[in-house]
Amino acid sequence: MIEPKLQTVDMMLNMGPQHPATHGLFRMVLTVDGERIVDCQPHLGYLHRGVEKLSENLPYEHVLTLLDRSDYVCAFNNEWPYVIALEKLMGVSVPERAEYIRIIMAELNRIANHMLFYGSFGADAGALTPFLYAFREREYIQSVFEAVSGARMMHNYFRVGGVREDVPPDFERRMAELIPKLRRGIEECDELLSRNEVLIARTRGVGIISAEDAMDYGMSGPSLRASGPAIDLRKTEPYSVYDQFDFDIPVGQRGDTYDRYILRIEEMRQSLRIVEQALEKMPAGRIRARVPRIVRPRPGEAYARCENPRGDFGVYVVAMGGDRAYRMKVRSPAFCNLMALPHLLRGSYVADVVLILGSLDICLGEVDR
Amino acid sequence: MTEAAPQTLEGLLGAALGPMALSMVRSRDEVVVEIGRTNIREACRRAKLDPSLDVDYLRCLSGVDYPDRFEVVYHLYSTRKRHRVVFKVRLPKENPTVDSVTQVWRGANWHEREATDMFGIRFTGHPDPRTLLLMEGQEDHPLLKSFRLAELRKTY
Amino acid sequence: MYGLIDAFIRCVLVLAFLLLNVLFMIWALRKFLGHIQMRLGPMRTGWHGWLQSVADAIKLLSKEDLLPENADRWAFQIAPVLVVVPAIMVYVAIPFTDFFYIRAMELGLFYIMAISSFSILGFIIAGWGSANKYALLGAARSGAQLVSYELPLVLAVLGVAMVTGSLNLMEIVQQQSPVPFVVLQPLGLALFITAALAEVNQTPFDIPVSEQELVGGLLVEYSGIRWGFFYFSEFINVITLSALAAILFLGGWSWPWIPAGGWAAQLVGFGWFIGKVYGFVLLVFWLRGTLPRLRVDQLMTFAWRLLIPLAFLNLFITGLAMVTTPWILALGWLALLGYFYAVASVQGRL
Repeated sequence: MIEPKLQTVDMMLNMGPQHPATHGLFRMVLTVDGERIVDCQPHLGYLHRGVEKLSENLPYEHVLTLLDRSDYVCAFNNEWPYVIALEKLMGVSVPERAEYIRIIMAELNRIANHMLFYGSFGADAGALTPFLYAFREREYIQSVFEAVSGARMMHNYFRVGGVREDVPPDFERRMAELIPKLRRGIEECDELLSRNEVLIARTRGVGIISAEDAMDYGMSGPSLRASGPAIDLRKTEPYSVYDQFDFDIPVGQRGDTYDRYILRIEEMRQSLRIVEQALEKMPAGRIRARVPRIVRPRPGEAYARCENPRGDFGVYVVAMGGDRAYRMKVRSPAFCNLMALPHLLRGSYVADVVLILGSLDICLGEVDR
Repeated sequence: MTEAAPQTLEGLLGAALGPMALSMVRSRDEVVVEIGRTNIREACRRAKLDPSLDVDYLRCLSGVDYPDRFEVVYHLYSTRKRHRVVFKVRLPKENPTVDSVTQVWRGANWHEREATDMFGIRFTGHPDPRTLLLMEGQEDHPLLKSFRLAELRKTY
Repeated sequence: MYGLIDAFIRCVLVLAFLLLNVLFMIWALRKFLGHIQMRLGPMRTGWHGWLQSVADAIKLLSKEDLLPENADRWAFQIAPVLVVVPAIMVYVAIPFTDFFYIRAMELGLFYIMAISSFSILGFIIAGWGSANKYALLGAARSGAQLVSYELPLVLAVLGVAMVTGSLNLMEIVQQQSPVPFVVLQPLGLALFITAALAEVNQTPFDIPVSEQELVGGLLVEYSGIRWGFFYFSEFINVITLSALAAILFLGGWSWPWIPAGGWAAQLVGFGWFIGKVYGFVLLVFWLRGTLPRLRVDQLMTFAWRLLIPLAFLNLFITGLAMVTTPWILALGWLALLGYFYAVASVQGRL
């Protein structure tokens, strides 16, 4: 038996804050042994902008703009739990038309976010073309957003008790044009990448996490559902009028990177179903409940959560009278999903780091707030 | 059962936690339990392991800076039983230390690090108490009420 | 004396040909990729951006010559040269038509395979001399990849050499007059294309050079015209691989038809040759626009566990055909189908 007499030292590799594939300003200090990763230390905080502190100093309605910008891709889904929390505190019930508009916007935002995920996932793997196809679909969706809320990305559209203003008169026509385009676009994007042998070889069996580990880390959203548990807040803890819609929750079996990817493609199709049903059922009526101009909730606390495209986005508001929050805590799904990153990376290759990180679909704005 | 009647959840909590639960209040769709500072890890462990409570998901761990105390709020959820529990721990201002619950849920790790950064609350037994969101070596705790942001002049 | 002048003129012509082609290919790549990706590519530098390559060259030439502080100065500076010079030297043995070539070497194929291996040294020295961990990882991966894929490349080409009985490229082309070797060596062509793609670091095997996970990989510290050398050599290598594929398997300039002699034969032959070369070049670009890239260990597995056994199988079939009847070569087509099946059955598809 020959004993190796070489002394080997694990190399420290820094995937620094400036890196084309970390989806934002994020630093990982990897300890590698050749090509295998021994340990990973994530360093956050490069994008910390003090949203929670600012929200203690701004009136309630102004905080909405901060939340828009925390996760800049899923702006509608980020505004929602905050307004739900305030509605709980004020005892306001939202008119039905506003609920339907909120659902349509949130689901379109889900499709837009998953398209961005799809494009950047392909780009991380080396396929540069799907990125541009994904952005074409996003452009269609964003022009609808611009028509409805005035802005392509940071919408500032939801309000306590409803939405800021009604949809434009040509909304039906725009949606009638948009939905077939999105359906074709999703199928095209699926065909481009999902059955590609190289992608499957690079993502199958890579970055596996079991259901128990995932729940222990507090993961949520498609990253959790890929490991098995069918936990989607729209079904398990329905909010708004989601219980009146008919849609499925895609669930993965292996908990690997490919499952996390293919799940999001399937979720886009389900979101499109929800949008179609919402368009059919949308009633006429008020788009905002009668709420005083300056929002002053009664003293109390509320925690509201919504199914963000990335997972379980929660907002905890402590109100002590007055027109500002006493404390607002944002529970961001990307923050909790990222906690499992060292667990996922241990034992995998350096080349897998980017794909595993991409499959978690984080947004650093939300992680750091 | 997926819809727990109020008495049943509070009853279950009372049975599992016993004297550790200092007070229990039902607030809309969740039950808020106040736990003593020294008992929080044991209370969390019992909540997770007790088969009728089965709280396997730590949703959020926040710190709050009240004028007379700190509070650490644990929003918990059971994915199988579908009930929501909130634990609250009061900490004195001069000594804000509490046990870490990372041994119960690994997902508490970064939440506790963030609370340490923002409030100065120390979690004993935390495996990795480094700065998370702030710069290394930054000593102030921004979310304390005593840390004032530049005031905005009201123009409306 | 006359021989020297003749050789000099031929070299200059071949160099000019290469330079013009590389400039054209850079533009063609960007337009082609652009249109695959539903965008236009360069449009402003000249009509539809045809001066883009010139603009790029001027930009690269005018950049500051950066040398990292801890870099090994000689290694850093010699590496681009070690990569570009062998890439160009290969063209001494490659015939474009039966008049336009530098030398018709008896051991032409051997010379090409040997000289092109020199670039491996250049890549490894580039990675080492950059004093950067990413570059080091890239160099290690590059060395492993290039050495592993030499074997299937040479074995695939060996099949052609066995069928012709010669290593002289002129003879190889002349023997393809009625029937090009793609019919006799289909598996050889498939293996050659795959192995050559890996040898020139093109997608799906472009891990060492252009990758998101290692920021630029092996060439991360190179900038300006030094980087331009690597880029230049990449395109030259693509032309080399296309030219070799055209010569060895598709009949070079003489298939399917050339007129009897004189200038017409030269022009038509050259036209066929260029057409075949650009056919392969477009194939390389097409793969670049559509496929993701393989991970390095999967790349090695692909070479050692699939390509090399298949290459030996090809040699065996060819050898058997030479001692018995040439119809055995039809087994090559069956083996080709087997190759496609093996690739498609990766991880659950098929």
